[in-house]
Amino acid sequence: MARYTIWILFVAMFLLHHDFWYWDDTTLVLGFLPIGLAYHAGFSIAAGLLWLAAVKWAWPSELERWADEGDAS
Amino acid sequence: MNMLLAAGNTTSLAVICVYLFLLLVLGVVSARLFKGTAADYFVVSRSVGSFLMLMSIFGTTMTGFALVGSTGKAYSTGIGVYGLMASWSGLIHSAVFFLIGIRLWAIGKRHGYLTQCEYFRERFDSPMLGYILFPILVGLVIPYLLVGVIGAGKAVQPITAGSFPDLFPAYKPDGSINPGLHGGIPPWIGMGVICLIVLFYVFFGGLRGAVWANTLQTIVFIITGLIAFYMISTRLGGLAEASKAVAEKPETASRLAREGLVGHAQFFTYCFIPLSVGMFPHLFQHWLTAKSAKSFRLTVVVHPIFIAIVWLPCIMIGIWAAGHFGATVPDANTVLGRMVNTLVHVPWLSGLLGAGILAAIMSSLDSQFMCIGTMFTRDVVIRFFGEDRFSDKQKIWIGRGFILLIVLISYLLALVLQKGTHIFDLGVWCFSGFAALFPLVFAAVYWKRATRAGAISSVAVTAAVWTVLFVNDMIAKQSRQPGQDDELLILNMMPVTIIIAASALTLVVVSLVTQPPSTQTLAKFFPEKR
Repeated sequence: MARYTIWILFVAMFLLHHDFWYWDDTTLVLGFLPIGLAYHAGFSIAAGLLWLAAVKWAWPSELERWADEGDAS
Repeated sequence: MNMLLAAGNTTSLAVICVYLFLLLVLGVVSARLFKGTAADYFVVSRSVGSFLMLMSIFGTTMTGFALVGSTGKAYSTGIGVYGLMASWSGLIHSAVFFLIGIRLWAIGKRHGYLTQCEYFRERFDSPMLGYILFPILVGLVIPYLLVGVIGAGKAVQPITAGSFPDLFPAYKPDGSINPGLHGGIPPWIGMGVICLIVLFYVFFGGLRGAVWANTLQTIVFIITGLIAFYMISTRLGGLAEASKAVAEKPETASRLAREGLVGHAQFFTYCFIPLSVGMFPHLFQHWLTAKSAKSFRLTVVVHPIFIAIVWLPCIMIGIWAAGHFGATVPDANTVLGRMVNTLVHVPWLSGLLGAGILAAIMSSLDSQFMCIGTMFTRDVVIRFFGEDRFSDKQKIWIGRGFILLIVLISYLLALVLQKGTHIFDLGVWCFSGFAALFPLVFAAVYWKRATRAGAISSVAVTAAVWTVLFVNDMIAKQSRQPGQDDELLILNMMPVTIIIAASALTLVVVSLVTQPPSTQTLAKFFPEKR
């Protein structure tokens, strides 16, 4: 269930990347940061949080066991 | 005044030299810890933990493209560059590390692989696939190397401008002195020195040297990038004043948004470019160095944040450069160096910032040189002569020999191509090629029905479509005015969209009409569900 939730959130973020609503907006947030750039900076932070959730709740621990069963160095 | 400037820039040069010397020392220290085995030289005995993994992978993916190229592109195209590359990469890179990287690490550890060709050859039970992939991967890594080498040469010249006015004069086409470059270390020397330094620590320290150097270099370029951002914004009168200068000029105000500079389809289809990390041979090699799957965790989470920390200041400096210089700088690749040189009047700090730019570039070059040496040793020499034909010591020397050859070829190519090459565009073409091979790696790890014929056809179609579009773009570029910045778009989309669609479609269709892989092969590569 957790894995499905992570991938649904991933698709949502994939779609939210296309911020057409700020396309021609030159407003400066805090007086210096163009709003389109501020949005995408926030997007990067949100991506970090999404992957934090993935690592916490959807980690493929079975792969580690499988890798260790091999005899290669 | 000129003497003062020259003295200041000589100090900058001295700081850069000290930093490069430190890297040489690091190379010597890592060589002392070298265990003498091929596994230690090529994959650090699979012993890298979370922190070194994060720093080395991040340092490897951030290159001259990220610092020099992004600043230049933001100067000419505005803030949209961040959305095109940085925020897409934050989402997609980590997805690839999570979905592909961990799986390839597990397969590599279980079966003892050191290169991509070894894996694909056995996964699809096809020696021919290995022979086809090898030249394609090497052929795509070389332009990526050139992005770094050319970027290094172009960054050093403006930062050291004024140091040697008699020895290295620089003139504009009309014969007058070019103040931004006059007296700076020319690219042929800058590129050569960088190649030699990287060669030194990779040659003696192997991938351990590269991982350590990447860690140091990543710390250096993140910190110096933030210092550059602070210093440049302060010199421009503060954050608000710097941005206001861009907004107030009619010819530069549009750079604060995307309208007229970046198309919607272009913006969306850039999402395919970051898939390239799934097929970078140098990243594959770094994944194999992990001590355990847990070593990936920090990388998956922090990578998007680190991208933001590096790219945001670069994009801001790029658009501020438009406000500061106007739209007059003929070579956008030199914008970062010019901003540092003209605005940061503290010589040692300018030198440190220059070292930071070079750090970002070298932290990718080392892994690329290393992976090509590994591929040549494993996929060509050992493949032809047999695993037992050479001792570990001989394998290491074969790898070193090929690294030396590739460094020489890259340097000569960079000398020929440095003029008129837009770093960002060359990087995008290279990434497009790797991204178009992504369906292959995705199918290899997740689709049991993918077949040998499907894989070979997909690689062949990718190579053919990429070559046709790349050559078309190069021919079209020759008719453009110098400094004109147009990317090739097909139906307003990035060419990678067409190449990746052709690659995926071929893989799926041919796989479905050909014989599936044997159960023994599938059992070897797909963990049983428990």
